[in-house]
Amino acid sequence: MNSLILTTATRLIVAILLLFSMFMLLRGHNEPGGGFIGGLIGATGFVMYAIACGTSEARAALRVRPQQIAAAGLGVAALAGLSSGLLGDPIFTGEWLMIGASGDSKGLALSTVLLFDIGVYLVVMGGILTLVFALEEEI
Amino acid sequence: METLLAMTLGCLVAAGVYLMLAGDLLRFLFGLTLISNAVNLAIFTSGRITVGGTPPLVPDGAYEPAGDVANALPQALILTAIVIGFGLFAFALVLTLKAYGLLGTIDIDKMRLSEAKPDEDKA
Amino acid sequence: MADHSEHPASFWTAASLLPPLIAAALFAVFTTFLPAVAAGETLRYAWGWIPALGVDFSFVIDGLSLTFSLLISGIGIAVMLFSGRYLAGHPQHGRFSLYLVSFMLAMLGLVLADNLLVLFVFWELTTITSFLLIGFSHGSEVSRRAALQALLVTGAGGLAMLAGFLLIGAETGTFELSALREMGDVLRDSPLYIPILILVLCGAFTKSAQFPFHFWLPNAMAAPTPVSAFLHSATMVKGGVYLLARMHPNLAGTNTWLWTLVIFGAFTTVFASIVALRQNDLKQTLAYTTLMALGALVLFLAAPGGYAVTAAATFLVVHSLYKAALFLTIGCVDHATGTRDARRLGGLARRMPLTALAGGLAALSMAGMVPFIGFIGKELLYKGGLESPASPIIVTGAIFAASALMFAVAGVVALRPFWGSDGKMPLLDRPIREAPLPMLAGPLVLGVLGLYFGLSPHGLQVHVTDPIVGAILGDPDMAKELYLWAGFNLALILSILTFATGVAIYVFQDRIRERIVAAESRLMNFDALWDRLLAAIGTGARVVTDLLQPGIASRYLMAVFTTITLLIGSAILIRGLDIGTVGLSGVDGVHVVVFGLTIAGTLLAVVTNSRIAAITGLGVTGTGVALVFIMFGAPDVAITQILVEMLIVVLFSVAALKLPTLPQRLPFFHRRAHAAVSIALGAIVAGVVIAVTSVPLDLRLTEFFEANSYPEAHGRNIVNVILVDFRAFDTFGEISVVAIAAISAYALLRQRKTKGSQ
Repeated sequence: MNSLILTTATRLIVAILLLFSMFMLLRGHNEPGGGFIGGLIGATGFVMYAIACGTSEARAALRVRPQQIAAAGLGVAALAGLSSGLLGDPIFTGEWLMIGASGDSKGLALSTVLLFDIGVYLVVMGGILTLVFALEEEI
Repeated sequence: METLLAMTLGCLVAAGVYLMLAGDLLRFLFGLTLISNAVNLAIFTSGRITVGGTPPLVPDGAYEPAGDVANALPQALILTAIVIGFGLFAFALVLTLKAYGLLGTIDIDKMRLSEAKPDEDKA
Repeated sequence: MADHSEHPASFWTAASLLPPLIAAALFAVFTTFLPAVAAGETLRYAWGWIPALGVDFSFVIDGLSLTFSLLISGIGIAVMLFSGRYLAGHPQHGRFSLYLVSFMLAMLGLVLADNLLVLFVFWELTTITSFLLIGFSHGSEVSRRAALQALLVTGAGGLAMLAGFLLIGAETGTFELSALREMGDVLRDSPLYIPILILVLCGAFTKSAQFPFHFWLPNAMAAPTPVSAFLHSATMVKGGVYLLARMHPNLAGTNTWLWTLVIFGAFTTVFASIVALRQNDLKQTLAYTTLMALGALVLFLAAPGGYAVTAAATFLVVHSLYKAALFLTIGCVDHATGTRDARRLGGLARRMPLTALAGGLAALSMAGMVPFIGFIGKELLYKGGLESPASPIIVTGAIFAASALMFAVAGVVALRPFWGSDGKMPLLDRPIREAPLPMLAGPLVLGVLGLYFGLSPHGLQVHVTDPIVGAILGDPDMAKELYLWAGFNLALILSILTFATGVAIYVFQDRIRERIVAAESRLMNFDALWDRLLAAIGTGARVVTDLLQPGIASRYLMAVFTTITLLIGSAILIRGLDIGTVGLSGVDGVHVVVFGLTIAGTLLAVVTNSRIAAITGLGVTGTGVALVFIMFGAPDVAITQILVEMLIVVLFSVAALKLPTLPQRLPFFHRRAHAAVSIALGAIVAGVVIAVTSVPLDLRLTEFFEANSYPEAHGRNIVNVILVDFRAFDTFGEISVVAIAAISAYALLRQRKTKGSQ
């Protein structure tokens, strides 16, 4: 597709969509959002990019192959799930580290649960991009 | 309200099955999508509908959601089901493309490579 | 198989040496149990396996299992030494050794198991390993057929036996043989006794190749000679005999048991010894003599008498010793001359004196000559026959006929190849030489043992026959003594008559053989019947397949959906469906619009012949569903739904470029059946959902998540907390599915276009 308006606008929109997907991922524990939604939004961004500028451009922008993103995501999720086993809890138990927690505030909450959600994000995004890119290149 | 939802998803099922029976792969995929939607709606409805219910979120400062809250459990189930359903759909779509590339038809009754009758011409 | 001496290969390889060493080590271990077992002890070892079902890995060492273990491992040494040299240099020698050792271990497990289910597992393992051994020369059609036949016959019998075992477990509440010993009366009085007996006997008779399941055993001769020696002497076929002996305390003692075993045993033994005389291939001759021996063993396990069981125990050992020795001897002859045809062999004693000696010793024991153990065995058979509670005439008559024929067959096997004229010998480009030591050692030792036990039977009696009788009858005092000279009695007269008849048969063997051949053509050929059975199964399968699988995919789909509709529909018709109050309370305009939109999109997708219109319709429906989620408090689901719906539309649009336009569908009235099924199924689903929502819902799980989401899991979005914390393991499985689907689809697309399909 050789529409200048689309190509130009897409670059901006993709950036916003990626940022938005991160936002959805990170706020997911407390507000609507999460890894699945974040991953879908991120994937949508690159799908748009692929439609506007072509799959090879989109692949180049992604830098790594989408399969690797999916595999890495699976690895991250597995790591998050199994790490609690190292701490002596049953696997897939959430482990939390509250930095600067005081009184009612939980401070900066880092957790294996967040890591797991990041894994979900990567799998969903990588999986969908694998499919879409392959399909578009097939045409 | 549940009645209305049930009737809607009944329509989706009927349309989906009818499309799947049509005999070509593309309509089969359409039917598959409709049935996926219908099943998700069925799970959602089975978890009960709260008219005017709020999303299952714990408000700031509280420890439990207050008032009429939608049932969170079926939502969690459906959320993954949608994504998995998409995976299934995409895989089926790829299979369809591949089958068309190899056999030159999307008519399922003409795809007889694996169960060809010996007396029929393997066209 | 016979000419591996042509490519001289080393005997000193792992494949040659390891198996006999393993067998020897096992044999040595088992001998250490002899004193304890001779003293009447029973040793039991158990490890938990499936405690919930009362199944333990339990093993027992008593007179019966120890004797079998010693025979299996002891003859295993001879057989494996032999095969180490016989197959040296064979490209698949290593594989063969693995099969052979696995087979031996499975057999040992079978005889040592104390739990019926453990016994069954090892039983099937012997079936599978014997399949591999019989089919070892898998390039040959004959081997493959024989292997499959053995597998199917003994495998089917094994399954019947398993059913019998399960019935035993249901009746008595235990699978432990040691516990079952005391519960024989429970089984005998059970209404299920006859089914149990039939099922267990099916297992034993197929394994032990009793008529009418006998046909697989001679065919199994397709295996390399050491395998035949092992299968026929101490293992495989003896498994059935072992089972009968083991089940004796539980199932024997009724007239049904007595007469079934007497009839099958007597018929098999006479039938087999006649057919044995007819064969020209020495291996085939021996195969049928095995059937004869198995028939005799079955015959003597029928009756609970002291003589009968002592006779069975003695004959078990006698037969194992001479049968292994003779098979290995013939293997040596075959190896040296390249033929096993009795009509061509002759005069080998000068060139192969040690082989002739081994064969002669074994044959003398087989013929029941003084002072070999075979003589004692035969005397005991007569004594057992004469006291048989079934019918002394039938039993003794069968044994007499079989023994006389055996005498003649022993002559055929041991005299003709080694003595007499060598005029018809095949001409070879190499001299006929004595067999190498590893091949000779086994048969020689086994032959000498037959003589040694005959001269001094006391050790055998104390360590083997007494404990066996103790294990079977529960009372070692019922065992009879083993004498070489038991005085002048009826058994001795019968023995002398046997020799005379045997000599007569040997002298007139050629004429008798012609008669048998002539008669044979009029008899039923079970082997051919087997082929017809297999063909019939194939035909039947094809008929059913044609019926169920016409090869037209749309009919399969129709069949699936019709079945679902009929099953759920009939259940609803029979049980009724309580749909509660059908109410439209709370419905307002927005709802109507959203649902209307959803249904409108669906209808568009159904009726249109345009791809773009259909895809648009689907998009509308998906959006409508997302709006439903929004309206009823499910923002996460709604966002996911809308995103996925977008992607589906994109993918469809991309794919549509590659796919043809939608075929014009048939007018509606041509697809009335499809429409009927679709509408019925839609109505059923709607009805079921209404019925489901009209019963109270158990909300405990939801309430738990609501109560613990923030305090425990530090998350305010309960849906997300469920996904990534409470049920994270499930989610992990689901994202794995997404990743796998993506990667498989990718692989499918990237696969090179296959050629030749069009």
